[in-house]
Amino acid sequence: MSNRAPKKSRKELSVDQKINRRNFISFTVFGALGVSAYGGWRWLYNSPMEPDGGITGNTRVPLRRALNKTELAFRRVFSNNHLVKTYPKEMAAKYVRHNTDIGSKSKLDAAAWRLQVRKISGEIMAISIDEIKALPKFDIVYDFKCVEGWDQIQHWGGVRFVDFIKHFGLEAETKLDYVGMETPDKEYYIGLDMPSAMHPQTVLAYEMNEMPIPVKHGAPLRLIIPVKYGIKNLKRIGTISFSNHRPHDYWAEQGYDYYSGL
Amino acid sequence: MKVIKEKHSLAMRWCHWVNFPILTIMIWSGMFIYWANDEYSITIFGHKFVRFFPDWYYNLLHIPARLAEGMAFHFLFMWFFTLNGLFYILYTIISGEWRELVPQKKSFKEAWLVLLHDLHIRKMAPPQNKYNAAQRIAYTAIIVMGIGSVITGLAIYKPVQFYYLTWICGGYHFARIIHFALTLGYVFFFVIHVVQVILAGWNNFRSVVSGFEVVNEEPKTVVENE
Repeated sequence: MSNRAPKKSRKELSVDQKINRRNFISFTVFGALGVSAYGGWRWLYNSPMEPDGGITGNTRVPLRRALNKTELAFRRVFSNNHLVKTYPKEMAAKYVRHNTDIGSKSKLDAAAWRLQVRKISGEIMAISIDEIKALPKFDIVYDFKCVEGWDQIQHWGGVRFVDFIKHFGLEAETKLDYVGMETPDKEYYIGLDMPSAMHPQTVLAYEMNEMPIPVKHGAPLRLIIPVKYGIKNLKRIGTISFSNHRPHDYWAEQGYDYYSGL
Repeated sequence: MKVIKEKHSLAMRWCHWVNFPILTIMIWSGMFIYWANDEYSITIFGHKFVRFFPDWYYNLLHIPARLAEGMAFHFLFMWFFTLNGLFYILYTIISGEWRELVPQKKSFKEAWLVLLHDLHIRKMAPPQNKYNAAQRIAYTAIIVMGIGSVITGLAIYKPVQFYYLTWICGGYHFARIIHFALTLGYVFFFVIHVVQVILAGWNNFRSVVSGFEVVNEEPKTVVENE
């Protein structure tokens, strides 16, 4: 390329020029990244809440997406071989902590109570507490964990959910993805992913500290699911149903993680 | 004669400045979570010295009744905190920069001399490379603390799936206490760190943004033809 003027030989930069140049470049990049990070944060913080009436609610849309993605990631380590630690029954609390009565405020008519199970066929089974008590009993003393952050070693007794399923011939129902449970007054309701429900330590409990469960702790039958926070441990179960869609869930509507797994 | 001396690698600067806002968000959202069961205090012989946290503090920072929000933020930014930390550790090992960072045998003795020097009790500071003995200990400790936060965090996040982590941490209850105490440690570190950075001055601060320091060196005696 003979017709192009020869490149001017650049004068070597002095130390001060080099310093100024590098300062300028690095602080400009630093400032630009800082501003965009702040912008990203404002976007996230001001992002819209989930629309009302959905299965989940009261959380910013991107954060809900993140919660669901995180659940998918941690689901990979979920295993029926991972059991909650159990304790000798002497370590169980005598005064079992009680948080809320949502769904079990009305008077319980123990004689009239039946557990309703909605089968895929549409048939609704009505199971009495005596039928449930006739099944093999399972006791568990473990550290109950509340989403608030407290935990307490508690002793519960009842029938394992897997045994309940087998006895009442609900295997076909467990092929679906979710289990829903509701209190008889439908004030409190939860949804569970099937693997968590079928975990070998998930219990339909009717005893607390080897006595019938007191009303405020969920008589006559409540859910004890050690692989979930307390918010999923529904008291006074009225109905159990199965679905491929996520059943509605009281605390997921209030902004909590739908899965809340431990 | 002024000379540019390279000090901090781009990777180190990146990790440092990315970590700062992430850790801030983790502590902030962590307080939302802690508020829901704020049972910790420093109590010695029955006298409560500090309660974590006083009401005026909660109200000032708008912390009360934001548990669900706190969890949602915490469980998103935990990914960034962990990935950034992991990247830093891998980089520091592979690049060999750990040699300038990890405390040496003499560091523990020398750190006292550095402390006495910084407090203006002693005139001379021990000779150092990139970091002095106290910095080696502090900056390595903060990485170990970061690992501790991730492990205790997982231990309380999934205590059934990661039962072995919960066991290593001394159980669910104790893991939560460590997780909280480490956070107090970060705040303590931050205060000392910022004071030291201010005292060390512009040249030092600039090196964590631009990567270099300007030092005065004796002109070389080698004769150069200009």
